[in-house]
Amino acid sequence: MNLFLKIWRQSRKDAPGEFKEYQVRDITPDMSFLEMLDALNEDLNARGEPPVAFEHDCREGICGSCGFLINGVAHGGQRGTTVCQLSMRFFKDGDRLTLEPWRASAFPIIRDLVVDRSAFDRILQAGGFISAPTGSAPDANAILVPKEAADTAFDAAACIGCGACVAACPNAAAMLFTSAKLTHLNKLPQGQPQRDQRTLNMAAAMSREGFGSCTNHGECEAVCPKEIPIEFIGNMNRDLIRAAWKRRREPLTLSESPKDER
Amino acid sequence: MEASSAATSSVQRTAQAAERHVIPVTNPLAVFWATAIGKKVVMAITGVIMIGFVILHMLGNLKIFAGPDQINAYSRFLRTVGEPELGYGDALWIVRIVLLTAVTLHIIAAVQLSRMSWAARPTQYYDHRNVETTFAARTMRWGGLLLAIFIVFHILHFTLGAVGFAPGQYEDLHVYQNVVAGFSVWPVAVFYIIAMAALCLHLDHGIWSFIQTLGWSTARNEAKLKVISRIIAIVIFAGFISVPLAVMTGLVH
Amino acid sequence: MGTTMLDARIPSGPIEQKWDNCRFEMKLVNPANRRKFSIIIVGSGLAGAAAAASLGQQGYQVHCFSYHDSPRRAHSIAAQGGINAAKNYRNDGDSIYRLFYDTVKGGDFRAREANVYRLAQLSVNIIDQCVAQGVPFAREYGGLLDTRSFGGVQVSRTFYARGQTGQQLLLGAYQALEEQIAAGTVKMHSRCEMLDLVVVDGRARGIVTRNLVTGAIECHAADVVVLATGGYSNVFNLSTNAKASNCTAIWRAHRRGAFFANPCFTQIHPTCIPLTSEHQSKLTLMSESLRNDGRVWVPKKKGDQRSPNEIPEEDRDYYLERRYPSFGNLVPRDIASRAAKEICDEGRGVGSSGQGVYLDFRDAIQRMGLEVVREKYGNLFEIYEKITGEDAYKVPMRIYPAPHYTMGGLWVDYHLMSNVPGLFVGGEANFSDHGANRLGASALMQGLADGYFIIPATVPNYIAANPLAKVDTSHPAFQAVKADVEKRISTMLSINGKRSAESFLRELGKLVWDDCGMARSEQSLQHALAEIPKLRDEFWHNLRVIGTGEELNQSLEKAGRVADFFELAELLCIDALHRKESCGGHFRVEYQTPDGEARRDDENFSYCAAWEWKGEGVAPELHKEPLTFEYVHLTQRSYK
Repeated sequence: MNLFLKIWRQSRKDAPGEFKEYQVRDITPDMSFLEMLDALNEDLNARGEPPVAFEHDCREGICGSCGFLINGVAHGGQRGTTVCQLSMRFFKDGDRLTLEPWRASAFPIIRDLVVDRSAFDRILQAGGFISAPTGSAPDANAILVPKEAADTAFDAAACIGCGACVAACPNAAAMLFTSAKLTHLNKLPQGQPQRDQRTLNMAAAMSREGFGSCTNHGECEAVCPKEIPIEFIGNMNRDLIRAAWKRRREPLTLSESPKDER
Repeated sequence: MEASSAATSSVQRTAQAAERHVIPVTNPLAVFWATAIGKKVVMAITGVIMIGFVILHMLGNLKIFAGPDQINAYSRFLRTVGEPELGYGDALWIVRIVLLTAVTLHIIAAVQLSRMSWAARPTQYYDHRNVETTFAARTMRWGGLLLAIFIVFHILHFTLGAVGFAPGQYEDLHVYQNVVAGFSVWPVAVFYIIAMAALCLHLDHGIWSFIQTLGWSTARNEAKLKVISRIIAIVIFAGFISVPLAVMTGLVH
Repeated sequence: MGTTMLDARIPSGPIEQKWDNCRFEMKLVNPANRRKFSIIIVGSGLAGAAAAASLGQQGYQVHCFSYHDSPRRAHSIAAQGGINAAKNYRNDGDSIYRLFYDTVKGGDFRAREANVYRLAQLSVNIIDQCVAQGVPFAREYGGLLDTRSFGGVQVSRTFYARGQTGQQLLLGAYQALEEQIAAGTVKMHSRCEMLDLVVVDGRARGIVTRNLVTGAIECHAADVVVLATGGYSNVFNLSTNAKASNCTAIWRAHRRGAFFANPCFTQIHPTCIPLTSEHQSKLTLMSESLRNDGRVWVPKKKGDQRSPNEIPEEDRDYYLERRYPSFGNLVPRDIASRAAKEICDEGRGVGSSGQGVYLDFRDAIQRMGLEVVREKYGNLFEIYEKITGEDAYKVPMRIYPAPHYTMGGLWVDYHLMSNVPGLFVGGEANFSDHGANRLGASALMQGLADGYFIIPATVPNYIAANPLAKVDTSHPAFQAVKADVEKRISTMLSINGKRSAESFLRELGKLVWDDCGMARSEQSLQHALAEIPKLRDEFWHNLRVIGTGEELNQSLEKAGRVADFFELAELLCIDALHRKESCGGHFRVEYQTPDGEARRDDENFSYCAAWEWKGEGVAPELHKEPLTFEYVHLTQRSYK
């Protein structure tokens, strides 16, 4: 099959960008979307034009590197699928496809379809962990975790940090990402001691990084390749209410994590 | 990272095990308000208060169908309730203050969150398709603005009688006569109906939205809650517009 | 070839006490002094992130480098099945000794006993550590940890988090790392690729990196360098490894003096989705855990064109159960892979290419019910459906072996230090614990054992025991290496030929797979050794890299990695040619038993082959580390 592509090209962070049109030929339905782009890049390389930069690594939907909008939908529109897993079977001969990078001020474009998602790392640095220095752990079965809690925590921890939720959100909010990590850690018995501190800090970090605010559109959930439900955003909100409301003798602390110098 | 000219950074020089900056949170509520989530929760709670008011207001309005005496008596009751502990009109003022606070907080939070969201995506997509969201959800901000304008007009109109009436036409506590006179001006009645349509959309998304924001919506009950939310919004809409429609059709005169 | 004997610094004492003795004998660094020492860790996967977090917790200045945008992208994330631990929670006869025994035997007696025993000991602590960090392992209704069994063993000792165990373990280590980054003990250098190692006065003292966004070539000095950069399966081009996985860090270190051990020990994983098109860019693994409940079969008749569900029981050949009645579908990976290849070579393979066998869940669904199967393997079935468009609940999966893991890597001693003092190597990048074949669910175990427990113990000992002069990046050695790196990049950019790096890797990979894949012969290896230099030569004359070095340039990144794969491929074939025996993942067709099993030659090859780089175009020099087996007696491996 032959396809017409319209791809955002931008040479570096502060350079102006523009859409360029390309045609790809002889694409087979069993190719993945990224293999189709590989073919385009092979072609561009032969013609002496700079190949399209896009992020990818595992190509099996788990590393979270890949992602861009195809015709206005993050990851292309097949439910629960990253672009690397998206098969060309999903498209028709002659389709016109627009490829656009994630757009959010917290995700500056580095080149073409590659964006900088380090804001996610900084949200995690604010509290997305359970402090358990190496060597200090009790026997694994000493901590009983109800199956339901373990399953919910797993569902939340399945997040791959691809950024599609932010990209699809009309407000460029990072609520689904942040709530997934908070639900993972706050549901587990091991996560209880730092629960309030974690919630408060990650919520603050999210605002500090310049993400927008949720207005419950549900776009994030619809494009999430791991189908993380917005129910977790509700969990996060309740945890924040709890953190703000609970009476305590020692105040919680807020960490000011300095932005990466880069 | 420095530019490529100063590319040779030494690990030994750069690595300062910087102490983590930690600030004690003396007022968690302030932090709560400082976060997007906190403001969202404020919007949800103030939203609930206003939904409660809107439902009572709508039920009160329906008394018009019971005749002038009923609704005018209801209007007097609202001012005398709580006597003798409260003075004349005090209860109403308490409600007004609560409502004014709620609406102010709701608007401030909405404005701040909207600005935050606009700043979060300065460059729009060339092509963006929505997958899940609804018309109601997408018009929350502009519908809210319309409602704010409407509320100001509504107070000037029926509460103060400052606009929309011929001089001397508006009489305090004569609700029935005021309503009939007010809605007899057809542009006013049409504006009311449009505003109620905006309210209906605002509530369609808003009711489920507060449930979701406060964490009561789950993957399993979400669809059901959205239907219930829509039914409530439509009932409120029907209740409100029945009055101007009744006046315009001459059912109430 | 030389025969220098290598000293692995194996501690004294009975095997159960070696690690304790070693730890007791180690020198310590005063907590107040730790801040003064800097440690470079390259790689942020299980081994790298765990080591960086653990050393950061101790108070050292840690610098962690990754070419990814975030440590969480490291390819450890893709491991599916699980992680072994000798907890014996099932009361089914497991013990540290049995895990040790299984691993040595599974590795076909080409691993170092002391290392393997330590691995088995630490397995227990790893699970504790990960649970404490909040890794959501599968649980039973009582709240206790669930386990399952895995290929090559007869006990249920594998802990898992659905089919995403690697992801969850990596996120645990990543979160611990992020905590240390926030605390300021670890500085993360993302999108920063190590391109060379700097050795000063015989010790590893730093690295030269390229900032992948700006293109800046930067020098970084430290007291210790730890490499945890994964394996080199991508030398086959089509493998289950991530597209960016490469050998550059370890190969550059090899060129700077670190010995490369047992490069020919590569693992071909038996359960991958078969290749369907020539454009395919990678192969996708289906967790080996599927073999717990799925049954492997092919039609008895050659060229049976019936759809699998129409083939009656009597016309099916459950060849693994037939040939290996006691282990059945759970034989180790090398055996399962080779068996599949033999069946397909006989012409009984299934699918359009004939390169595949069925993995059937019909009986499992009947026995346990659809829901249980879905709960256990649901995400794997989904992956399969996305790629093939087939519903494996209804039609059997088709699977075929694919390169997956490399047991070989940089040679390290018991302390995980290479022969270059100050250069430590952890995880898949080293050669240590798996011998000639790795058992399922052992890679995660080894990566975390190295990262959480071994490197954080042995690196401080090195720091404390050796006077380390202050060295900074102004030292001439840094400038010399930096100049080398810059020259290499400018060369690649200036060739301006016709072919992309990707196309060279595709050709190289096919060559290595055909000649040095699941079955190797003197003839095929000689062929490869004749062809690789020709192709490499073409690479250096006909490569085309568009763009400059001062920008994000993915073609340039790829070209550098492919260049190193060429050199590694040659060493891989040299090692495979020299090892005139079959063992584990290394199968030489000349050395097999009459019934087609691998035939080891313990008399002549019971050693680890560590190769020393002697320069371009010069034959590498072989060093041997003899392997002695005091506890597990050398036997012909049998899974019948």
